[in-house]
Parts: sequence; structure tokens; C-alpha cells
Amino acid sequence: MEMDRTVVAEERPTIIDTVTGAIRENYLNANYGLKSWFLTVDHKRIAILYLISITLFFFLGGSFAVMIRLELITPQGDLVQAETYNKLFTMHGIVMVFFFLIPSIPAVLGNFLVPIMIGARDMAFPRLNLASWYIYVVGGLFTLGAMIAGGIDTGWTFYTPYSTSFSNTYVIATGLGIFVVGFSSILTGLNFIVTIHKMRAPGLTWFRLPLFIWSNYATSIIMVLGTPVIAVTILLVALERGLHIGIFDPALGGDPILFQHLFWFYSHPAVYIMILPAMGVISELVACFSRRRVFGYKFVAFASLGIAVIGFLVWGHHMFVSGQSSYAGMIFSFLSFIVAIPSAIKVFNWTATMYKGSISYDTPMLYVMGFIGLFTIGGLTGLFLACLGVDIHVHDTYFIVAHFHYIMVGGTIMAYLGGIHFWWPKITGRMYPEGWGKFSALLIFVGFNLTFFPQFLLGYLGMPRRYYAYPQEFQVLNVMSSAGASVLGVGYLLPLVYFLWSLRYGRIAGSNPWKATGLEWQTSSPPPTENFLATPVVTEEPYQYSPEETEAEYAMTKKENVNV
Amino acid sequence: MSETHSSLVAHQFDDGVQQKQATTLGMWVFLITEIMFFGGLILAYTVYRIKYPEEFHHASKHLDYVMGTVNTCILLCSSLTMAFAVHAAQEGKRKLTMIFIVVTMVLGAAFLGVKGWEYYTKYTDHLIPGPNYDLNHLWEGAGLLPKTQLFFSLYFAMTGLHAFHMLIGLGLMTWLFVKTKRGRFSKEYFNPVEVCGLYWHFVDIVWIFLFPLLYLVDRSH
Repeated sequence: MEMDRTVVAEERPTIIDTVTGAIRENYLNANYGLKSWFLTVDHKRIAILYLISITLFFFLGGSFAVMIRLELITPQGDLVQAETYNKLFTMHGIVMVFFFLIPSIPAVLGNFLVPIMIGARDMAFPRLNLASWYIYVVGGLFTLGAMIAGGIDTGWTFYTPYSTSFSNTYVIATGLGIFVVGFSSILTGLNFIVTIHKMRAPGLTWFRLPLFIWSNYATSIIMVLGTPVIAVTILLVALERGLHIGIFDPALGGDPILFQHLFWFYSHPAVYIMILPAMGVISELVACFSRRRVFGYKFVAFASLGIAVIGFLVWGHHMFVSGQSSYAGMIFSFLSFIVAIPSAIKVFNWTATMYKGSISYDTPMLYVMGFIGLFTIGGLTGLFLACLGVDIHVHDTYFIVAHFHYIMVGGTIMAYLGGIHFWWPKITGRMYPEGWGKFSALLIFVGFNLTFFPQFLLGYLGMPRRYYAYPQEFQVLNVMSSAGASVLGVGYLLPLVYFLWSLRYGRIAGSNPWKATGLEWQTSSPPPTENFLATPVVTEEPYQYSPEETEAEYAMTKKENVNV
Repeated sequence: MSETHSSLVAHQFDDGVQQKQATTLGMWVFLITEIMFFGGLILAYTVYRIKYPEEFHHASKHLDYVMGTVNTCILLCSSLTMAFAVHAAQEGKRKLTMIFIVVTMVLGAAFLGVKGWEYYTKYTDHLIPGPNYDLNHLWEGAGLLPKTQLFFSLYFAMTGLHAFHMLIGLGLMTWLFVKTKRGRFSKEYFNPVEVCGLYWHFVDIVWIFLFPLLYLVDRSH
């Protein structure tokens, strides 16, 4: 926590302005060279570093999924051996959860947007911010190394005593990678909390904050309170495995259920680390593309905090069949129903925001509508699972797999992609090709449902998760799922291609291509290094959209076009 | 931008007040993460103490409470000298700040020395968990209570993690000492001394919980 002033704003070269969209200095062209990126303390550049690294991990995790779906096309095991299959789903889970989903929206969009949205020049601790990226990279390399050396087969949950006493794979190395990457998440959360508390522009009171800020604030609380617990848990697993100290080993008096409690105390709230920022993105997008103020702003804001708090009290619903006390099970079941309330508040409020709005169907809005539908399915099936009786029937089946993919992929990744499309012009100064954007959004929606809806049916019919072979009667649904996965894969590759294309050939965006409210749209695209040339002063509440005005404008342009 | 900024205020802050508030809040948030970190271990300790009360009762008798008490005193004194160091920095007294930082470091090192000695006696007594663990030669009742090793596993995990935090603290003190010596702090700007002080006190408080939990609870009878 160095407080010396080491970064001195250098004399700026003449800025060629703006009205014409001509070259002016921004954070991308302020300086060049590897050093200017790898030693940057600019939150926007750090966001780009995160964007590149989590994209690599996303496609790595995706390639494991490709192998899984290929193997499951036929009932018998033929492509890979059982041990390899165990490693594939383990590494898919570990990479996607710890190295993609958890950092995804906070570390990329949050890093880029939080300071700009609150009118600050940077995060409260810019160097800590850079350190968090380096820590992420070190943890990632550790885990990658373990995977190249031979992988890990415990499932992403590391359940003891298998992970501590029986697995012959690289548990300690992978665990240390996750231990390390946890600190990157802690530092990001810490930085967000302090930044949001102390760095807001004059006039920017709490209830004038964009909902994206509220949701990232709630996420940070979970990161800060939850991540240390997984850190110490993984440390104990490593100690147990390396030194046989007995903490989780029944032979020495230890209790594997204690491991599960500690693990899920973080790993359930971790689901909210993934979904809360996604909800923040959706709130921004739904208001902009419906041209209406978010319905029930305060309810949506407090729902984020409610989810963060109650989310810490529901971990036991992962352990209904573990042998925990049935009374504990009942309480966890009840609390899991309660946590659905703030989530439902959000879904209803987004829908109410769209009602009587002037809706336009640009790519980000397609992702929003995909998110609302898929998140609702994921959330409601979560309630099935929170029922003690139903859970006993479907636990450890593909029903669970489908449920959490509807939340994590259908929810978080849809929102992440929607957000990337929405803010791409701000980040790069260029528009992506709208037609391709819509096309791939549609592909992703169709591919996603074709992949995961059959898995609900498979699970309900009794197909267990984590097996590489299955009875003949499940083949049709599995082939559907694999076919869907290939559509989904194309849907994910397309944006990669056209985003890269747009860096050079995309239309120049201008500072506010969506006519959106929010401080980030009041500065140029891409923003200058210090974000604003003068500190903005905020005088009104967020989302000052007017559907009537938009409709009137639309009618005008239509008339003009007719006249021409 | 640079004209309005004092050279002591980092570029992202408007003024020294904002900087001070932000760094202090940052340290408090970090300390909350530390509470959760140690909290996991204290939970494990609580679970097993409830599960194995007899084993924990007998095993804890083999900790040296005199050493523990001495170490508690040393650490409390170091917190006092740390508080003096912060106060001296606040008054802009460079020499005095350096003296108190050094005294704090000496006390911290003394704590680690005593802790190391305790670990050494555990080693010679075969009380380190693992294949060489053996309580039987110290206490004949041990054969009836085979799970006593858990107590020592937790003892080493908890005090080891605490000692690691002490080492980090000593590193921070060294850094503060160098900065103070170079005259980087003044009445207007001494925030690093203050937040490092917060960290030091926190590590002290962790020990204040570990000491009774491991050494004192339930050993009178």
C-alpha cells in the first residue's frame, strides 16, 4: 500500500479535438510498447490485460468441454479413458469457475467501468490493481503447469478424502494455483469497495450510482468475506495431502463433512460472485435499450445486497445428502427459497422496465432478453433443487449440471457478452458489425438451449453426472446436447473474430453511440488516461431516459426518410 | 492536474484527506479478509474441540503455558511500542519513530524466537503430527485417546499461520524503517505508519484469541 506519488502526469502533446472524431489522445495511444502495458497502473489497460487472459482461459476451458461432449455422443466410452474423462470435467470446471467466470465481469468490465462510472481518475489503489492481474497470471500458470504435467481428477470441488488420500493426480499444485488466484479476487474486491466508498465524483450520492456499481459493490463484499475461507480450506487440503495432519481424514479423527462446509461456504457465494455483476450489466442494458428508467431502482440496488448477505447462509443446500443434520437441511432449504426473492425482484423489475419502453433490438438487448429467460429457468430449477425431497431424486444427476449451466453460462456469459458488445465502442472507440453480432447472439441462444435443455431431461430420467459411459436409452438426448454444443462453440468463436476485425475496420463509434446516460458515455471513446478532462459533477439520478422522446425522434427520422 | 497536487498525494486522489481515508479503509477491509482467513481455522478448532473434548483437554496440557504467557506479554508490549511509533510519526519526530519501530521489531523477533523454541521442544517430544507423532511416552493415558494428534495439527496450523503473519509484519516494519530514515514521513503524511500499525495490532489480536484457545481453556482440572 505505497502512497508515494510515483506516477506523474507528463506534459500532454497537443490534443487534436473531437467534434470531427479526429485523433485525440486516449488511454490506448497515450504511450506504446510492452513496458507501457505490463507496468501500467491505468485501470482501463489492466482491464484489457484481464480481457485477453480470461479469454484465453475461456477457450481453454471450452476445449475441455468439447472433449467431454465428443465422448458423450456414444453410450460406451471410446474417445478417452475413464481417468482422462475425470480429468477433463475437473479441468473444465476449475478453469471455467476460477479462471474465467469469477474474474470475468468484475475484472474486465468492472475494472474498466467502475472508476469511470463514478467519475474518478482511477481505482483507489492502482498498483494493487496491477498486482491483482499478476497474481491472477501466476495462479493461472501454476494451474496450467499442473494440467500439462498430468492434470487433476477430483472434480472442481476437491472433495476429501478422495483429494487428500486417494487421488494420484496433481492436487496440491492445482490447489495452490487456486489459492493464489483467490488473492487476485480479494484485491479486486478490496479495491472496488474502497473506490466506491471514497472516490465518487461530487454530487454522486449512493442513490445516484448506476446499478452496475451497486452490484459490483455487493460482489466485492462476497469476494472479501468468502475468498479467504476457500484459501484456508485449500491450504488445509494441501497440508492434509502433503503431511497427513488428519484434519479431514476420518482415520485420524478428521471430518470430511467439515471440508464440505468450508468449501461451500465460499463456493456457494461464489455463484453470486458470478451472477451479481451480470445482473448489474443487465440493469444498465435494459434501461438503455428500453429507453426507460430502471423500474424500482432502490429495490434492484438493495436486492443486490440482499443476495450478497443471504447468499452466505445457503451453502448447506449442496450437502442435503452428505449426512449433515436433517434439521440443518430444512433450514438451508428454507433459506435457499428466501434467496430466490431478491433474484425474482430483479427479474420482475427488468421486465417492468421493458413494459411501455421504446425497445430496440440491438445485439446487447438480444443478450439481455436471452439472459432474463435463461436466468429465470436456471433460478426456478434451483428452487426444485432447494426442495429436500426433489433434491434426493435429482442430486448428482445431469439435472444439476443443466441447472447451474443455465445460471453460469445462460446467465453470466450472456450478460458478459452483452456487456462487452455494449461497451466495446467505449473500450476501443470502434463499433462491432451489428449484423454479425445479432447472428451470433441468436446462435448462442439456440446452441445453449439445445445443449443444456436435454440435460434437464437426462438428469430427471436418472443419468448421473461425471460418468463417461451411459445406457443406450440416453443417447438421443446426449447427441442433441453435443450438437447444441457445437452450435454454441461457433457462436462463441464468431465474436472473437469480428471483435478483432472491428479493431481495424469497425466504424468509428463516437463518444455515445447508444445515446446512453451514465458518466462513461460523457467522456470520449476511448477515454483519455485520466478518464475525464475535468472532474464531472453529478446533479441527477441515473437512467434519465424518455421513451416518448425516443419514439418522437424515431417518427421524425421515419418521416424525413419518406420525404427524401 | 499536477499543479493542484501535493507531491505526497497519489495521482488518483484529489487531496491528502481522501488518500488517508482510502488507505485506512483499504487496510480495514484487508483485515476483515484476515478475520475470515483465521476464522476457517478457528471453526475447525471449535468443531474438533466439541467432538473430542477429552483428547483436546489432555493434549493441551502438553503446551507450555509459561512460554505462551511470556509471548503474550512480549506481543502486547510490541503493540504498545507500535502505537508509540505511530504517535511519534504523527508528531513528525523522525528519530523517535525509528527507535520505536526498531523496538517493535525486536519484540516481534523475540516472539518468533520463543515460538521457535516451543516448536523445537515439540519436536524433541515427538508431538509434531506425522509418522513420528507419539504422546504415549509422555502420558500413559494416550493409548486410550488416539485422536490427540488433531489438537497438535490445529496448534501448528494456527500458530504457524500466525507466525507467518508476524514475518510479514517484520517485513513491513523494515520497509517503514527505511522510509522513515529517508525522511519520507511528516506530520502531514504518515499514513503508511498508521496502516501498518493497524496490521500489527491485528496480528497481535489474533494471538490474543489463539493463546487462550490453545493454551488455557479447560486445562485447570
